[in-house]
Amino acid sequence: MTTTLIGQPVTRVDGHAKVTGAAKYTAEISLPGMRHAVIAGSEIPAGRITGIDKSRAMAEPGVLAVLTHEDLPKVATQPVLTLSLAGTVAHGQSFFPMQDPVIHYAGQPVAIVVGETLDAATRGAELLDVTYERTESITVIDEGRDRSYVPEKILAGLAPGEMGRGDVAAGLAAAELTVEATFTFSANHQNPLEMSASVASWDDGQLTLWDATHGPTATQMTVASLLGIPASRIRVITRFVGGSFGAKAMIWAHPTLAAMTAQIMHRPIKLALTREQMFTGCGLREDNEQTITLGAAADGRLTAIRHEKLSITSAYDDWAEPALSGSGELYACDNFAAVYHLIKGNTMTPTFMRGPGETAGLAVLECAMDELAERAGLDPVELRVRNHADVDPVSGRPWSSKGLKECYERGAELIGWGDRDPRPGMRRDGDWLIGMGMATAIYPVYPLMNPQRARARLYADGTAVIQTAASDIGTGAATVLTQIAAEGLGLPLEMVRVEYGDTSLPFLAASVGSTGSTAGGNAVHLAATGLREQLVAQAVQDEGSPLHGADPELVDVVDGVMVGPSGSESYGEMLGRNFVPETEYLGTYQHRVDDEHALLNFGAQFAEVAVDAALGVVRVRRMAGVFAPGRVLNQKTARSQLMGGMIWGLSQALLEASHMDPRFGRWANPSLGDYLVPVNADVPEVMVETVEVDDPFINPLGIKGIGEIGMVGMAGAIANAVYNATGRRVRSFPITIESLL
Amino acid sequence: MDGPLEKIERGPEPAKLSLSVNGATLVAEVEPRASLLDTLRETLDLTGTKKGCNQGACGACTVWVDGRRVVSCLTLAVACEGREVTTIEGLVEHPMQEAFLSCDALQCGYCTPGQIMSAVKLLEEGHAGNDAEIAEWMSGNLCRCAAYPHIRQAIREVRDGEHQ
Ligand code: FES
Ligand code: FES
Repeated sequence: MTTTLIGQPVTRVDGHAKVTGAAKYTAEISLPGMRHAVIAGSEIPAGRITGIDKSRAMAEPGVLAVLTHEDLPKVATQPVLTLSLAGTVAHGQSFFPMQDPVIHYAGQPVAIVVGETLDAATRGAELLDVTYERTESITVIDEGRDRSYVPEKILAGLAPGEMGRGDVAAGLAAAELTVEATFTFSANHQNPLEMSASVASWDDGQLTLWDATHGPTATQMTVASLLGIPASRIRVITRFVGGSFGAKAMIWAHPTLAAMTAQIMHRPIKLALTREQMFTGCGLREDNEQTITLGAAADGRLTAIRHEKLSITSAYDDWAEPALSGSGELYACDNFAAVYHLIKGNTMTPTFMRGPGETAGLAVLECAMDELAERAGLDPVELRVRNHADVDPVSGRPWSSKGLKECYERGAELIGWGDRDPRPGMRRDGDWLIGMGMATAIYPVYPLMNPQRARARLYADGTAVIQTAASDIGTGAATVLTQIAAEGLGLPLEMVRVEYGDTSLPFLAASVGSTGSTAGGNAVHLAATGLREQLVAQAVQDEGSPLHGADPELVDVVDGVMVGPSGSESYGEMLGRNFVPETEYLGTYQHRVDDEHALLNFGAQFAEVAVDAALGVVRVRRMAGVFAPGRVLNQKTARSQLMGGMIWGLSQALLEASHMDPRFGRWANPSLGDYLVPVNADVPEVMVETVEVDDPFINPLGIKGIGEIGMVGMAGAIANAVYNATGRRVRSFPITIESLL
Repeated sequence: MDGPLEKIERGPEPAKLSLSVNGATLVAEVEPRASLLDTLRETLDLTGTKKGCNQGACGACTVWVDGRRVVSCLTLAVACEGREVTTIEGLVEHPMQEAFLSCDALQCGYCTPGQIMSAVKLLEEGHAGNDAEIAEWMSGNLCRCAAYPHIRQAIREVRDGEHQ
């Protein structure tokens, strides 16, 4: 390698388009003759439609059509919940709406209104008269507590409903200290700022679909299976995505509904969800209750961990966020048991939301560890170091890399942990009680299941294009792929452009579960280095080249110039001489399953909070996060990702809650005015650092991912800081003023 | 907005409307009920202004009308006749855009045009004295990617003349 572009704080390559307004997001695509479609959702959570009177809607000027379950074609295959990690078919739930009059959840699409304008379609949907027969519904845990069951599998069959090792009863019997506590978590909705949207256009049996998605190929394969047409007849394009946080990871009904409507109307159709529909159209993080029991010896060493979760899932899928596995992986403990309990209710199938599982599960484990530290008379950091897992407690294998102790140490330094008084309620600043807390962060390193591909193409003018299908949801993927490509090819950054977010490009799964840079990065690395080797090989065989006969191993490439021991020429000169306008190489990255090492991502998080002693208002004053996410590809965009994750943790701890009104079975606060997310004034300065760990086992570039690790420990650290400030163990999230009065 | 409005007797059908946007006079057929936001995005193809809620809660749709920041989702297009509308497309190489880029004050970029339109006005209004003031006066613009500390940094840097 001649340059070290990887890791540099390069400015976002798509940033200029974003700050000038030139960036086009899905709902901003306009096509000639295009019309607008608006979904009308069910007003009841359970029952059936008894009648739909279209007359008032159709009388509205500009309304072109009202489509109901009687007008829509039947889907070609019944969807079955499938996770989006593979970038292939990814049904968000085992249900497709508008096939019959049955209602499973409020907001379920019951009709599509098509209008000349967005206003006409919207007004038409408001005027639609739908009558229902409502049946009994279950929308909150208390309504179904007595009907809970233990699923055989969760997560579309990928994880067991129960797991464990050792003998928890014996571990607890042997314990000198125990902590047992029950926590509750409000339902959360991802609410990316860009609402989901699809634009569908048919041309001679070919469907072009613009869709706001992590993985265009996932949309392509999912829509193909529902419409019953070959994938080769569908092209999906996703240029810019205005955030997702899981809302756009699975493929929900709207792209297929847009395609069906466009087919019926013989016109391109734009279908955008409203903000309210973002609460009923893209899954959710389910509200849940968790109970944890820790047993420990007097010195704080864990002897047993039991962790259970109860939550509501849909009528047709066993979904639970995998909140419990982290408790089995984080600390050295021989005895561990975890059980998921589910209740079938009237909700759509819950889904991924940033830090799926760990976000809630670790808050529980880490709050319990804080209590245990107090019981044991130990500093919370010291307790964690004593229980440090030197090898993976699940498999017994060594870690591919860890770095956690360094994260604790550096994080404690950044926040000034030494100033913390272990006795709660001791520090004051005027009316404010001051406290500090910390927690560990871990996040799985998900294996990539299938070959990931990228194409590198070099033109005779010396510029290069990198092509790969997955989209950039705001993570900075396009930027790091440009860096990796430029470094691999030996070109300056400005000579390399990435094309992405299009199924006509080589397959790349989707940026989900913090796998985006691993998949894209390694594929692009192989494409770029492969093309460079191909070009050098060509040069040393070319009699017209000054490099002719040189040992390819001794050829370096600097700024597009191949430099050999006895001569040099640029890529462009060689291609031009041979009348080759462009040349390509397809890189394929197949994740190698390493059965000798355990893979996990680590970090440590610290918070200082101030709690108004009289009013219970909590303000986070400082946050520090130190992470060991393997190789960092871009210091600037990585910092933003980790910082964003930490602020998401603040939000989970103190703000975000979707409130269900069980009388109506509907969300009571489906708007950005009522569903609280942090505003600028809620957010303090955030200290973020990474600890460099060299991980030669995980993948060629040594990447673990940074999308979620920033979030997952934060809520626990904040709750523990609130305890340190006030002496109150609040066990329901978000922590509200009411819970501190 | 202040100032008298002409009595408008148009609609409910689409009617001709003449708008001055970024210094150009644009004529569009829009329904009188159409918001300025939808008119910009759906009719005039000026899609730099974003829709995050359509309810006045997120600030993604912030534009200037007669030099003042407004949420365009709660502003009727017809009410802007005779006024000067400025959108992100009307900002050309403004130091604030440059500062947002260099500070990485964005991720997905969806809130960014609204943030920048607010940030520029905030400086003019004299509300950028310190970080607490910036945070308070920028709190009408949500950033779900949570780039807030970097947004404050960008505004500070422009205030201090670091991006000319
Ligand atoms: S779209 Fe106007 S404030 Fe959200
Ligand atoms: S950059 Fe994504 S919402 Fe602000």
